[in-house]
Order: sequence, then C-alpha cells, then structure tokens
Amino acid sequence: MLRLLARRLLLSIPLLLVVTAITFFLQSLIPGDPARSLLGPSATPQQYEALRQALHLDQPVIVQYLNSIGGVLHGDLGRSIFTGEDVGQTLANRLPVSLSLIVGGTLVALLIGILLGVLSATRGRLLARFIDVFSLVGGALPNFWVGLVLAAIFAVTLALLPATGYVPFEESPGDWARALILPVIALALSGIATIAKVVRDGVSTAIGQDFVRTLRAAGVPRRVLIWKHALRNSSVSLVTVVGVIFVASLSGTILVENVFVLPGLGSLAVAATARQDIPVIQGVALAFTVITIVVNLLVDVSYGLLNPKVRAR
Amino acid sequence: MTVAPISDGRVRTGRIRTNGLAVGALAFVALVVLAVALAPVLSPYGVNKQDLVRALEGPSASHVLGTDSLGRDVLSRLLWGGQPTLLGVLVALIVFVVVGVVLGVLAGTLGGWFDALVSGIADILMSLPGVVLIFAVLAIFNQELTPAMIALGLLGSGSLIRVVRATVIGVREELFVSAAIVSGLGPVRLMARHILPATFAPVIIQASLFAGAALAVQSGLGFLSLGVHPPDPTWGSIVGEAAANLAKAPWLLFVSGGTITLVSLALALVGDGLRDVSAARRRSDGGARTPVRPVAATRPAGAPAQEGVVLSVQQLEISFGERVVVRGVSFDLRPGEILGLVGESGSGKTISTLATLGLLPANASITGGRILIGSDDVTGADDRGFEGIRGRRVGLISQEPMVALDPLFTVGSQLMEVLRYSTSLPASQRRGRAIELLTRVHLPDPAGVLRKFPHELSGGMAQRVAIAVALAGDPELLIADEPTTALDVTVQAGILDLLRELRAERNLAVLFVTHDLAVVADICDRVIVMQNGAIVESGSAEELFANPQAAYTRELLASTPSLVRAS
Amino acid sequence: MSAVLQVEGLEVAYRTRGVRGRSVPVVHGVDFAIAPGETLALVGESGSGKSTIGNAILGLVPAAAGRIEIDGRDVTTMSRSARRGMARTVQAVFQNPYGSLNPWITVGQTLAEPLRIAGRSRPETSERLRWLLDRVYLPHDALDRYPSEFSGGQRQRVAIARAIALDPKLIVCDEPTSALDVLTQAGVLSLLRELQDELGISYLFITHDLAAVREFAARVCVLERGRIVETGRSEEVCDNPQHPYTRELVAAAPVPDPVLQRERRELRLAAERRGAASS
Repeated sequence: MLRLLARRLLLSIPLLLVVTAITFFLQSLIPGDPARSLLGPSATPQQYEALRQALHLDQPVIVQYLNSIGGVLHGDLGRSIFTGEDVGQTLANRLPVSLSLIVGGTLVALLIGILLGVLSATRGRLLARFIDVFSLVGGALPNFWVGLVLAAIFAVTLALLPATGYVPFEESPGDWARALILPVIALALSGIATIAKVVRDGVSTAIGQDFVRTLRAAGVPRRVLIWKHALRNSSVSLVTVVGVIFVASLSGTILVENVFVLPGLGSLAVAATARQDIPVIQGVALAFTVITIVVNLLVDVSYGLLNPKVRAR
Repeated sequence: MTVAPISDGRVRTGRIRTNGLAVGALAFVALVVLAVALAPVLSPYGVNKQDLVRALEGPSASHVLGTDSLGRDVLSRLLWGGQPTLLGVLVALIVFVVVGVVLGVLAGTLGGWFDALVSGIADILMSLPGVVLIFAVLAIFNQELTPAMIALGLLGSGSLIRVVRATVIGVREELFVSAAIVSGLGPVRLMARHILPATFAPVIIQASLFAGAALAVQSGLGFLSLGVHPPDPTWGSIVGEAAANLAKAPWLLFVSGGTITLVSLALALVGDGLRDVSAARRRSDGGARTPVRPVAATRPAGAPAQEGVVLSVQQLEISFGERVVVRGVSFDLRPGEILGLVGESGSGKTISTLATLGLLPANASITGGRILIGSDDVTGADDRGFEGIRGRRVGLISQEPMVALDPLFTVGSQLMEVLRYSTSLPASQRRGRAIELLTRVHLPDPAGVLRKFPHELSGGMAQRVAIAVALAGDPELLIADEPTTALDVTVQAGILDLLRELRAERNLAVLFVTHDLAVVADICDRVIVMQNGAIVESGSAEELFANPQAAYTRELLASTPSLVRAS
Repeated sequence: MSAVLQVEGLEVAYRTRGVRGRSVPVVHGVDFAIAPGETLALVGESGSGKSTIGNAILGLVPAAAGRIEIDGRDVTTMSRSARRGMARTVQAVFQNPYGSLNPWITVGQTLAEPLRIAGRSRPETSERLRWLLDRVYLPHDALDRYPSEFSGGQRQRVAIARAIALDPKLIVCDEPTSALDVLTQAGVLSLLRELQDELGISYLFITHDLAAVREFAARVCVLERGRIVETGRSEEVCDNPQHPYTRELVAAAPVPDPVLQRERRELRLAAERRGAASS
C-alpha cells in the first residue's frame, strides 16, 4: 500500500517535469517571437530589447526553463503574453467553474451509473440489453455535440434553461445550478454509460461467485448480497473507472465550456491556443496535471481501503 | 476406446452470429472511408461553391443534405471535410498502434528494468492531461494538425502499452507456451507463433476504441476552429458552423454531428464484436446457451413426507431450456445419516443438490417432481420461500474453500452477518457465538481467526471456517458439494473426521457430493451412483462396494485406483 | 543400462517479485534416476516442490545447483540452442489439458509444430500426424479442429500425441490425470502404459495421489517441502512406509472399500490419539 503510494508520488515528479518541459521547449520552435508580436511592427528596437529582457527572452532556453520552474515553485506562473494578467490569478478565478462541472458530472455519472448497473445486473435481460446499447451509444456520442443538441432542445426550443453563461454560486445558488444542468449532463453522459457497464459486469460476476452462494445458502438475504457484497466486490474496478472518467472530464470540459460559453479553464485554454499565449496554456496544463495526480492518488488510497490484499502490502 | 462425436457446427455458427453486427459496422466504416476518399468524384458541388440565394435550405433533390449559411452543399462539404478528419485519425492511430505494440511487447518480453521503465512511461502518458497538451502543440505548430495528431497517438498509447504488456506476460505463463518451449521452439518462433497472435485481438479492440476517441478529439478541435484552415471544412468545423445557426437550421446540427456519431458508433461496434469473438474462443464450449423457457413445475401428488425424513427428493427433473439434465431422481435422507451422491462430471449430482437449496443457475429450472425439506415443499420456491430454511435448517459447504468466502470482508464480519440472519441471537451475543463456532470446528486461536481476511487462511482453515458458517444457524441438514476435492489428502482426512464428529454430536444429516469413491467409502452410510442425470444404483455403502449391480458402478470401481492391493 | 534421467543434488529457488526480490529455495538437494522404459513417480502434497522439479528438468525454470543429466548429457550447463535440441529426447504432458493447447491454432498445427522444428518435410509431417492420431485413438479429422471442440480427455490425448511426436526417451507427466474424471483417468493412464510398452518411453510421473502411484509407477520418491524423504518400490512404500511423513500420507489416503477403510481409519485415529497423549 505505502509502496504503491510512494511509486505514485515518485512518478508525479517526472510527470510535472514532462508537462512543463513539453510546453516550454516546444515553444522555442515557434516561428516568430512573442515580443515582436506583442509590440507590433511599429515598435523601436529599444522597446523591443527592453521587452525581451523583461520577458527574459534574451537568455538561453534552458535558463528560461529553470527560471520558470523556480517561478512555479514560488507560485509564480508568469503573465499572459496577450493580456498581461497574472496566470496564477486567472487560473484561480476560473478553476471553480471547471471543478463544478467536472465534479458535478462525475457525481451524476456515479449515481445514475451505479443505479442502472445494479438494476440491469439483477432485473432481467431487457434492461441489460438497454444498458449495452446505451453504453455503446453513450460512449460514441461526442460530448460537444450532445451539448449542442441539449441546448437546441431545452434552451432554444423549450426555453426551459439558459443556453449559455455562468452565475457564481455566491450570487445565486439557484441560477448557478440552472446554468450547470445542461453542461453537466453533456459531460456526464459517456461516464454514466461506462459506469453502468462496469457495475453491471462487476455485480453479475460477483453474484455468480461461490462466496455469494455460500452466504445465500447460509440465509443472508438477497438485497444484502447485492448491495453489500456484490457492489463492494465491483468497487475496485468502479474506483478505477471513476478516476479515468474524472481525468477524461478534464478534456471533455474544454469542449463543453465552449459550447455553453462558461468562463472555466477550458475556454481559457482554447482562447490561449488561438493566440499562441504559451504561459497561459502552460498554466492550464500544469493545473490539469496537478488535478490528475491528486485524483490518481485518491484512487490508489481507495484501492487500499477497499481491498485488504492491497492494504497488506 | 471410442471417441464421442464432436458437434462441428456449434462453435462456427456462434462465431458468425456474434460477428454479424460487427461485420456490418466494419462495412459501414469502410464505405465512409471510401466515399471520403472519392470526394472529388462523388461530391455533387465544389467544396466551397457558394449560392447565397439558397442559404440554409433543408434537404431537397438538388441538395440531398441541404445547404449551409453560405448556401454551400452540405453533402459535398461532409465528403471533403472527411479527408482532413479521417487522415488525422489515421495518423494518430498509426502512432498509437506502433508505439503501443512495440513498447508493450518489448516490456512484456524483456522484463527487468526495461519493463519498469516502460511501465513508468505508460503511467505518465496515462496521467497527462491529453487535450491541453494537444492544444499546446497546436499553438506551437501554428495550428498544423499533423503534429497534434501525432501527439494524440503518443498520449493515447499508454493504455495500449499496458494492455499489450499484460497480454504478453499472461500468455507467457500459459501452459501451451511451456509446452511449445519443451517442443524446442526458439524465442523468435515462440513470439511469432504463440505470443504475437494472442495480442491481435486486444490490439484491434483497443485500436477501434482509440479511433473513436481520436475522431471525437479531432472533430472537437474542428468545432473549436483549431487546426482548421477556412474555408476548407472538417467534420468538426461543420458542427461549429451548424452551432452558429442553431435556431434557424437545427437539421444542420443533426446531419453533421450525426455523421461523426455514426462513424464513432460503428468503430465501437467493431471493437465490441471482436471482444465477444475472442472471449468465445477461450470458452471450452464455444456454443451459445439456449435461451431459458421457464416451465411451471408440475407437482404430482407424490408420497407425503415420511416421519423423520430431513430431505426428500421425489422424481426430480431439472432442465436447461429444452434440455433435460436430471430425470427421475428420488431419495430420502434421515437424521444422522451421511448419503453419498457419486458420479462423473455431467452426471447431474451437483445440479441436483443445488436444486434442493433453490440455488440453480438462472437458465436452469425444475421441470418435474418435488423436493421436501422436512415437511415443507420447496420445489421451485423463490428466495422468500427459502426464508427460514437456508441457514436455519440446511447449510452448504462447497468445493473451493478459498473462494467460498467474500475476499473483502473479515471472517468475523461474515460469520456475524450470517448469525444475524440465520439466528435470533441479539447483536451482543453474536461475537461469543462466532468464537464458539470456530472453536467447534477445531480452529486454534478463534478470536484471531475472526479478524483475518480469507486470503490469510490456508485451504484447510478456510474450509473449517466455511463449515462454521454453514453451522451458524444450527441446521439439521448439511449439503457438502465436493468439500475435500481441492484439499491435500492429509487435510482432507481432518475435514472428514470433523464431519463425522458433527454428525455424531448433532445427529446431523449430510448429503455428500463427490466423484471420489475412496472418499465415499470413508464417510458415507449410503450411496447413490448417478450417470447422465439419472440414478443407476443405490444402496448401503458396504453392499454397493462389495456387490455392485450396475455395469457402470462396476466400471467406476474398477477404474478407481487403490492404495491397497485388493485381497 | 545407463539411466535416461539422472538428477543429482538438484536445488531450485524462486525469486520473489519486486526490486528487492529475495531468493526462496523450494527444492533442496534432490537425487534420483530413471532407467529406460521405467516409470518413476514423484509424490507430494501442494508446496512439496514436485512440479518445480519437473519444470527444472524441462528447462522451464533454472536449477540453482546440482546436475540434471538427460540421456547422458548435463542439461544445466547447456547453451540455450543445445537445450532446445533436447526436445527430441525429453517431452512433457501437463496437468490442465485446457491450458496446454493453444486455443488459437488447430490441433493439426499444434501437433505439427515439434515436427516442423525438427526439420521434417511436409509429406513426412502429414504422415506422422496421422500415425500420431492413430496412436492416441483420435479420428483423423481432429487435425482441422480447434481445442475448444474437444473434451478434457480428448485434449489430454492430443497433448500426449504432441509429446510422443519426436520419439522422446523421457516424458515428464505433471499430474496428467488429476483434472479428469475417473473413467477418463483410467483411459489416459492405460494409453500411457500402452505407449510405454510399444515405444519404450520412460515416465517421470508427478502426482499427489498415492493410489495412482501404486497403479502406474514401479518406483516412487516421496517429497516433503522440497526434500525426498523416502524412495522405494511403489508397493513397498504404500504397504510398508518407513518415514513418518510417508506414513501420515498413506494413513490419510482413503481406499475404495468401506470395511477396509473403517479399519484403516480407526488405526489412524488411535495413532493420532496416542501421538496427542504422548506429546
């Protein structure tokens, strides 16, 4: 167990280095020069040199990289080349939007997925068949398209929910929730499908196993066998996919935020990509990597809590 | 010796049926790829040919899929737009497969530090925030799609590396690989003949899944207008344009997004179909199970339960769908009696005993006769009908003690759970009772055993715990399904001694299922010999061994090796 | 006549997984020999190291110390390619006939494999395949079928056919019948015996079943936790065991005769009570 965690933590160091290095060194391949593009063609050579020094662009790439690593360790993620805003501050402002979406989407996927999965494992073939089809289709639907279709139906045609925009939770919890309903569904759909399938396979496998028969023959009622023993035995694979779904939602949220015009990290990343704002992209990548590392750690800890064999190691 | 006829058609027909949908899906993907490749020939209009007069028209004879906001033909744009889209997917897919297979095979074969390194790389790749890095690549390479798709393939390959590595390691542990090594195969032939072929199915499954994901990412980028060079379309950018005209022309959204969804669904179906086929080949009986047609249990007015009979099985018939697997089985079991049910695999001995506890598999049902526990008719009863019977009046011990207990709960938690449902003991007394039970089955340090998980027990200890679980509700009947088959012979002797002790002490009746005539001779008072679902002979153990009547019994006896030369 | 297999001072150790993998010895200084046409049994309970010894002889696990001489050649010091050449001399039949045949290739391809490697021509191979199927009483059309179409006993016959394909002098039989039904078991054992009479093969018969030893093997080595505790003629070891562990094994194994078994059981229980009283 401890070895597992130690390995994860050890791996997270090269992981962070890789992410920062990829984004950093690749930018040296950019044709053109951020200082030049920031100043425009009319700037004097003095202005240009001054800005290059201010941005440390006159130093060798490796020194720039080490400087930026040092900055990151001090919580300084640099400034946007385009707007000049502090990247760390921008990330902090936008993080709650993305997290609401991702956490909300994962929770919805978890609840509905478990319910559908258990029901289809225990209640006959028709539902199982439906889950099969649903998980295939749900996995194949691109989430941004689902978002657009939902917006077309519920916002444009029925005018029940807002099509775009975000309201902070502090301002109005009700409007916050209304703004998030459609994006969360769009984000959760494929997760529901995946979780339902994993739970169904896990529960029906567990039900067929000897230990369930032993306990059933000893008088333990069926509901206890299903909701306690069978579900608990599928929890290891369940936790794995929840981790995967959460991490995949980081990518999914980029598209969904753009569909519903939500001011999160995803729309920030898209805007930054369109205008080659490398420090901002780097910042988003770093934030996503840290979130991924935390999620993976949580998944590993849950393995230990759920499986006594892992705990013993 | 004659060989049983082998039904030839079973496996093949099963294979084709599971393939039907997948083959259709594959054909669909091929058709789309072909149409996109032939866009210059097939598209009815130029890709960017505008006709502003006819903007945002619905489907018509001249524009089969309608027109967009600039009056361009949507079908033509989908055909042309498919080219950068599918090409991008192809680039990502090639990188994914090459990197995944090469690194996975090498890691699985070489092992050691190289394996550790590659596994680390795979973990890192799987933990990277993929799409953001692709954005970075797009920004850096000035919206060029190819580097972004190479990055996508690379980032995705972590999962394939893991799958291929695990498959290679798994196959190398298979007995048939040992057999091939013993046959003199060198490493190259071993790889080509036995190991690489085993990775084909998982690689194709993963590749089809990845292709779907790559399509989603590719079209997502297009939707965000990244990696697009207007006015030339990609599938994603067409969705983006449709989104801008959502209120005026919703069908555009369905046509464009629907195309992406259908292709990605078809890819998923291909992978799914392949998974089924490869699973079918591994099964020993490739054929699909016949669907169950539940048949109402007929209950002839058989003899009433006799006084002092714990279990009475009368003219029992059990079927899997149309196939009758047990017929005309009758026997009575009295308190203090150990009755052996002997037969080879497929004789129906296990299925008959499971029926007495209502534990038949879902596709089997009782189609005739009846089962009485004491005086209660439990023929075809459901879980509710067995309430108060399972655990309280009948206990079960099964063949594999190591899997007979839930691996995720301690012995104590399971034993006390069973006590909660099969006795009326108050919660405060359950722990003491659990310790008593473990002491009764001769487990040393019962309090310590309560805290242990099943994997911390030896096979013999686990079987003793299973017996304690079966005894928790103080039943009068114990059903023992091959309880010593998985155990070493010295451990087996101890378990059989314990069962004899319990019988003497509680006047317990035991239905003992086994294939081993020597074990029968050791423990059973009476014996029933079964073959092909029917009883061929029954009688007292001494009688049956000394003077077997049925030819089958004689054959079984003659085939059972004996440690002692017959005198 | 010199021995087909001569094992001297064999030690085998397994490495535990992980970076700090330790070496756990499982076989300690085992010696035995098998004469041409002879069957020697290795009998022991789980964890006795009996299968490990078989795997070491087959070259599937390395020997930590000692010699394994097959047909007069020490295989522990051989190069890998020379070791592969030993396939003509030593072969194997494994316990699980479901796992020992590659499910992806036909029975014909499985059987042809050793022949093709040994350099037999195509016509020679196909003739030999038919001969092999006749030897193990399988129909010729079995060649085009996949293992999943056969029963356990039939698969074990295929595995036996593969083992005799190159006319080996020794076959390591690792629990060849323990996954099979009683009647099938008897059929497989009598097939093995028949092939021995016909082709003069020696068997190393690895098993947990003393009764099968008595029926099938001339001599037996009893293994306890990686050590041979007793060696002798099968009948003598079964009827008159010397070592306490062998005595325990013999006493615990039931015999298919209720009257005799009751006597044996009462003797065993009496001995156990004496043991408990004296300790």
